[in-house]
Amino acid sequence: MTKAPLLEIRNLTVAFDTPSGTVHAVNDVSYSIEEGETLGIVGESGSGKSVHALSMVGLIATPPGRIVRGEVIFNGRNLLALSQRELFDLRGREIGFVFQDPMTSLNPVLTIERQIAEPLRRHFGMSASQARIRVIELLELVGIPDAEQRARQYPHEFSGGMRQRVMIAIGISCNPKLLIADEATTALDVTVQAQILDLVRELKRKIGTTVIWITHDMGVVAGLADTVQVMYGGRIMESGPVRSVFYDPRGAYTWGLLKSLPHGERRGTNRLYQIPGNPPDLTQEPVGDPFAPRNPFATDRCRVETPPLVNAPDSVPGHKVAAWYDLRAEIQRMEGRP
Amino acid sequence: MSDTLSTTAPQAGSPLVSVRGLSKHYGGERRLLGGSAPLLKAVNDVSFEIAPGETLGLVGESGSGKSTTGRILLQLETPTAGNIAFRGQDITGLSKHALKPYRRDMQIIFQDPYASLSPRMQVGEFVGEPFDVHGLSGSRSERQDRVASLFRKVGLDPSFMKRYPHEFSGGQRQRVNIARAIALNPAFIVADEPITALDVSIQAQIVNLFQDLQDELGLTYLFIAHDLSMIRYLCHRVAVMLRGRIVEIGPCEAIFDNPQHAYTRALLSAIPVPDPDIERSRRPLSFDVNANLPSEEAVLRPVGDRHFVLEG
Ligand SMILES: Nc1ncnc2c1ncn2[C@@H]1O[C@H](COP(=O)(O)OP(=O)(O)O)[C@@H](O)[C@H]1O
Ligand SMILES: Nc1ncnc2c1ncn2[C@@H]1O[C@H](COP(=O)(O)OP(=O)(O)O)[C@@H](O)[C@H]1O
Ligand code: SF4
Ligand SMILES: [Mg+2]
Ligand SMILES: [Mg+2]
Repeated sequence: MTKAPLLEIRNLTVAFDTPSGTVHAVNDVSYSIEEGETLGIVGESGSGKSVHALSMVGLIATPPGRIVRGEVIFNGRNLLALSQRELFDLRGREIGFVFQDPMTSLNPVLTIERQIAEPLRRHFGMSASQARIRVIELLELVGIPDAEQRARQYPHEFSGGMRQRVMIAIGISCNPKLLIADEATTALDVTVQAQILDLVRELKRKIGTTVIWITHDMGVVAGLADTVQVMYGGRIMESGPVRSVFYDPRGAYTWGLLKSLPHGERRGTNRLYQIPGNPPDLTQEPVGDPFAPRNPFATDRCRVETPPLVNAPDSVPGHKVAAWYDLRAEIQRMEGRP
Repeated sequence: MSDTLSTTAPQAGSPLVSVRGLSKHYGGERRLLGGSAPLLKAVNDVSFEIAPGETLGLVGESGSGKSTTGRILLQLETPTAGNIAFRGQDITGLSKHALKPYRRDMQIIFQDPYASLSPRMQVGEFVGEPFDVHGLSGSRSERQDRVASLFRKVGLDPSFMKRYPHEFSGGQRQRVNIARAIALNPAFIVADEPITALDVSIQAQIVNLFQDLQDELGLTYLFIAHDLSMIRYLCHRVAVMLRGRIVEIGPCEAIFDNPQHAYTRALLSAIPVPDPDIERSRRPLSFDVNANLPSEEAVLRPVGDRHFVLEG
């Protein structure tokens, strides 16, 4: 018997009504996550990664935002049917967030302690002294030395990496079942990023948190995630176990992205493979496969009919792709040419 | 005078750009009410040379002084100490007027392709503006033709000339900036994180463009980036900066295959690789910058062919 997934999203569709037209930000997104799983979501900017995550917990402004349809079943409840009050109780308590920019998410005039304590006092009704003990424990857990003194300091007294650790401390403060990190290490130096990623791996080991890690960095996903989901134009183009998707991609966008990255080549080697064209204009009503205009393997059908996300033929269980063309056959044909 | 500058070939073996003992300090000035603002040595005694046609990569953590170095090279800021020679001529501290002929030869491309564009100027006007500034516009149709040819060179359809920046994607905007930068046939371009802000599916396009333009026009680049795999792919040599100092400089192969400074090693070990099996076994080395700041007396010592490491 299999357990019900911790989170199941069905047909989530989100649009923004703007003066220059309707932006179709998230189109018919469906997926689920098991408890303890780490899901990496990749895709370029504007592909709907942030909007889909924010709309799950009522964090997009409506208007201009609008949830057109869909269900978000978390731990047995449909989050899209909850009141603002219920969502407020859920955020931070059951679902923790870490965003890209700790500068804008931390309040410059409050001490670190006040900011980490806030959700603890709000959700658990802890007293100030109870909360202090937990704050120091959390700061130690995320690797901040001299936690007792550091807790009394203000954000500007922390380096960028230390502030991001504080954000993670806030994200996990109430032991959420699910942690959603949105480009949480994008603004950091690679050496600091490496430390934060180590910290997340350790937290998963210690407290078994389920994680959604949103990034545009394929390398980060390769190292952190169990499963990966590739988004483009508000849709999931491909998803599955990370090794299968990286070593045997079936979608042309995933394949192109992986191929366009240098893999340790040095100067003087061939030109990088480049994906032609430009990212899609989301104010157009989505018709067909959003990547079709840039896809050298696109068929006529791709341009008019949206392919469903289905099991990739002859691949491992759980590897899915949205494609009318057969990438393996196309690549064989391309490489077989003299 | 200006014309001979861009056509005279550099003597064989002589560097195109050479900097000696370059420093830039911020703060430190006496305050009205006594005391002084904290002194920051953003760039601290940096020396290097770039040969004609060469690409030198500049890497290091944020705040290590990479952009400041680039801006000083182009004399967009004056150094606190040290000097810059271009084709053997010392250009440090020249007046605006005396610098003008050198400006044609030295261009910069920034990270944010939108910030440098003028929102209310048609991109064709923007790309052709350097012709006007240097009195090289010629007739209206000549100017038009030259801008159209620049558009083609950077992979933009000349019919886009009449459009405004907001009508372009990030990658196209960066192409517009590159078109303007090469308008006057420069010899040297500082590219300050030119692909960092671009979509992942666009980065390879722009990297290929940089390489094509170098092959075609013989350009020399100082390429500032934090993506080391791109640096390895693009550059002949790499300089690694840490808190204002160059801690290691050398040919790409030497830096990547035989890094000597602990910071270089930590930096290289921290780059995520888009390969799950490699990633799972990668062990990043840690490096505590504050506990390992180079001393003021430290000097670059040779450790191999054109390979130097800061010691002491
Ligand atoms: N408040 C808003 N108003 C209008 N459009 C928006 C708003 N927020 C996001 N969008 C649009 O939704 C699309 C998806 O955005 P987002 O989810 O932030 O992308 P990603 O996180 O993948 O970079 C983009 O085209 C973006 O411009
Ligand atoms: N105009 C300025 N005034 C004061 N400090 C500056 C100025 N420009 C840069 N700095 C400081 O100099 C250091 C180096 O900055 P920068 O050259 O931009 O680094 P990088 O490009 O390597 O990130 C940083 O600490 C930065 O804050
Ligand atoms: S960390 Fe410093 S700069 Fe950033 S918001 Fe807080 S006070 Fe302002
Ligand atoms: Mg986002
Ligand atoms: Mg910079």
